[in-house]
Amino acid sequence: MPRPIGRELLRVQVNGEERELLVRPYATLLEVLREELRLSGTKHGCELGECGACTVLVDGLPQLSCLLLPAQVEGAAITTIEGLADGAALHAVQRAFVERGGLQCGYCTPGMVLAAKALLDANPTPTRQEIKEALAGNLCRCTGYASILDAVEEAARLLS
Amino acid sequence: MRRAGELHVVGRALPRVEAAAKVTGSIAYADDIELPGMLSCKLLRSHHAYARIISVDTSAARAMPGVVAVITGHDLPVKYGIMPTCEDELALEHEKVRFVGDPVAAVAAVNEETALAACRAIRVDYEPLEAVGSIEQALVPPDDEPIHDYAGPANVHRLAALEFGDVDAGFAKAAHVREDVFFFEGNTHLPMEQHSATAQVVGGKVTLWSSTQDPHYVHRALSKVLGLPMGELRVVAAPHGGGFGGKCDPFSHEIAVCKLALMTGRPVKCTLTREEVFYTHRGRHPVLMWVRTGVDDDGRILAMHFRSALDGGAYGSYGPASTLYTGALQTTTYAIPAYRFEGVRVFTNKAPCGPKRGHGTPQPRFALEVHLDKLAGELGLDPVELRRRNYVKPFTRTVNWLRITSCGLSEVTDRVLEASGYEQRLRRPGHGMGFAVSSYMCGAGLPIYWNRLPHSECVLNVGRGGVTLLSGATEIGQGSDTVLATIVAEELGLGPGDIRLVTGDTGLTPVDLGSYSSRVTFMAGNAAREAGAKMRALLVKAVAEKEGCAAGEVRVAGGRIGVMSFEEAALLAEERFGTLSTRGSYTPPEGIGGRYKGAGVGPSPAYSYSAAVVDLDADERSGEIRVNKVWLGHDIGRSINELAARGQVEGGVYMGLGEALMEAQAYRDGLLRQPSMLDYKSLTFLDMPEVETILVETVDPEGPYGAKEVGQGPLLPVIPAVVSALHDALGVWVDEVPITPDKVVRVLSARSKGKEPRYGPKGFPEVPYPALVKVAPPDAATASL
Repeated sequence: MPRPIGRELLRVQVNGEERELLVRPYATLLEVLREELRLSGTKHGCELGECGACTVLVDGLPQLSCLLLPAQVEGAAITTIEGLADGAALHAVQRAFVERGGLQCGYCTPGMVLAAKALLDANPTPTRQEIKEALAGNLCRCTGYASILDAVEEAARLLS
Repeated sequence: MRRAGELHVVGRALPRVEAAAKVTGSIAYADDIELPGMLSCKLLRSHHAYARIISVDTSAARAMPGVVAVITGHDLPVKYGIMPTCEDELALEHEKVRFVGDPVAAVAAVNEETALAACRAIRVDYEPLEAVGSIEQALVPPDDEPIHDYAGPANVHRLAALEFGDVDAGFAKAAHVREDVFFFEGNTHLPMEQHSATAQVVGGKVTLWSSTQDPHYVHRALSKVLGLPMGELRVVAAPHGGGFGGKCDPFSHEIAVCKLALMTGRPVKCTLTREEVFYTHRGRHPVLMWVRTGVDDDGRILAMHFRSALDGGAYGSYGPASTLYTGALQTTTYAIPAYRFEGVRVFTNKAPCGPKRGHGTPQPRFALEVHLDKLAGELGLDPVELRRRNYVKPFTRTVNWLRITSCGLSEVTDRVLEASGYEQRLRRPGHGMGFAVSSYMCGAGLPIYWNRLPHSECVLNVGRGGVTLLSGATEIGQGSDTVLATIVAEELGLGPGDIRLVTGDTGLTPVDLGSYSSRVTFMAGNAAREAGAKMRALLVKAVAEKEGCAAGEVRVAGGRIGVMSFEEAALLAEERFGTLSTRGSYTPPEGIGGRYKGAGVGPSPAYSYSAAVVDLDADERSGEIRVNKVWLGHDIGRSINELAARGQVEGGVYMGLGEALMEAQAYRDGLLRQPSMLDYKSLTFLDMPEVETILVETVDPEGPYGAKEVGQGPLLPVIPAVVSALHDALGVWVDEVPITPDKVVRVLSARSKGKEPRYGPKGFPEVPYPALVKVAPPDAATASL
């Protein structure tokens, strides 16, 4: 049995809901989201910050949840893929991914959608090159990226 | 068959049926499954490439608080493997380990952290053996002992030697003969999702949820290893985060969680780390190839001799099939009147190789296409023209007895050349364009183990629950669910979103061999279409009887069956006929292949055809290659969903470019060089060029609505087209992929010193091939269908 390390209190806002959790101080935000909060929409592809699958928004900015510790997100507002739609109505970025075929197996999709949303929040009319640069940290093995680019451009149109 | 204009949903670019679940994060992949009281499982893996196990001491691990069970190879002593001829794997090894990453023990504990700590507390005493690291080394007698005792000589796993027609006579007649040697470094699938499996035992019956591509084969392996009847086991293919062939074998972690669940009475989950996924592998074989072709004065092929040597890694996996695939499909693009194939697969102490997108055919396709480019150069012929003179014709039979039906090879060639401006291109320093073609199967003609079951079956139910299709096919991201829903919807006059799907569940769905060999659209699609057509007939008959009209007058479209809504018609039909449940099944036709030993690999009810043009710039100083654009023409027969089909082409081009330029599963001193996503290079958004997809519809006579595959074929021509474009750009040949910048720099440096402007293998080793099995080619009447 590993040496017990005491749990610490973490206060965060997740998808608009205030949460108080007792967490292992060395647990990653990815583990807290998936294992403590059961928000399994956030995916793990490497758990080493290499693939982008675990991207969530922390205070509106795209972050790799596998590289964040509780102390780094204390008091922050976190958006996961489960928090993007408005009830049953898909967010424009989600709608665009559906309509433009911006996904196949779907495993990179939550991270990709959130990274795209963060880009469009900061730059509502990105060029194709700007989209590529913003999403270059998110790997996808299925699509060849083309339909994701189409989806982000479509989302920009839907949001304007 | 209804004509194109009469199709309502087939061919449209509609969203995938499961897209909304994927963009909201609500779809539950294998690792998202959470059951009450569930335990975490971790595997202890060998850190030796090759060693005898002296002892395994699990006492310290068992004594740890939170550890519920520990198992070793003695608990699972039954060997298994995907192919009946090489069942050489144990879920946990107890005699010797054969690669770094070979599983030795498994722990079930209250959480993953405890399971990992317990794995570290297991003491394994190893006696290291001399590891085998290369094809050449595997061909000579080992210092210690062969990696497996069932094969040989030395570490040879499998040999093949086949001859169709009189090859020597063909070479004797040839005006020109050329030989080349090529090497294809292995690479891996790198699915975004790590493998995960969860087992639960209820009432003595085991259910396994796993990220598998073919639950049917896992089901068989579990039954064999656990010693339980198939009826007590249920394997469910969980929603899948990417396969590409990497989740086609039964795996240690799948077997271990079942055993641990049976022992503890609690659900057990095992999810691999990314590093473990690299060791689990089953990816693209490294293949060394030698090819000799004789042509007449006009460049028409008279004879071809192809040799391949595959580095299989530590276990059999699909190896016998992989070996034959390196020799089977050369003939489906070019009419070769006399053909000899000699293949060998060897065991080495590396992670086992297996099937990856294109299974065994991307390597020889790379070699063959580049070889033909060189041959054209020697003959002073345009490389496209040389190919055209040798293209197979539709509705013919190849020298190795493969039945060709619809074939859009000429048309995909014309279309990519026209779109890319290949023939009129302007030349500038460092810029090049390359062209290549390929062909792939629409499902393997034979199952992996001998049986007479249909390859795909499905059940279609209509009732208060709406329309439900039960199919054993698995959605692995390729669009299986969308294709099947679209086909049923087409038959019933509904939309794809109206069809509920229950798939990949051996407890609920009838048999389907799974998602491999590009078989779903053609085989499961035909089964779904049959079930749909039968259901349509019932609904139409009920309505026609009620309305007093002929069945042919009842129009099925837009959610209506004649004058009735679909629901009204369904109610009427159930009152009239009882339970509305129809079935469909698909078995490939007889006679699509030959009757010789080895003839089981290569036959398919249809072949897709692809052509690629690659446009790139290469930097003479840094050796870097910048791909500007790829044009990919693909004979898909008919696209069932255009959006999904284009996505498959774009994804195939992406993966082909990765394999051509950077992806490699390579070793140094028995250790994998890049077991992480940072070190294993793959294309990012910034590396990926524009792809222009051209879908050509040849409407295959046997495919559902004429459809053929699109999942694997488009990858194949990309790799040789890159090599060809690099030669066009810099005038050098790199006969080894991936073409990393260091290889380009080396070949340019060699040229500047007056050496041959070529980078690649120098020769092909001596292989103890058996006597050739000589097969008479089909006679003229048989060769023309």
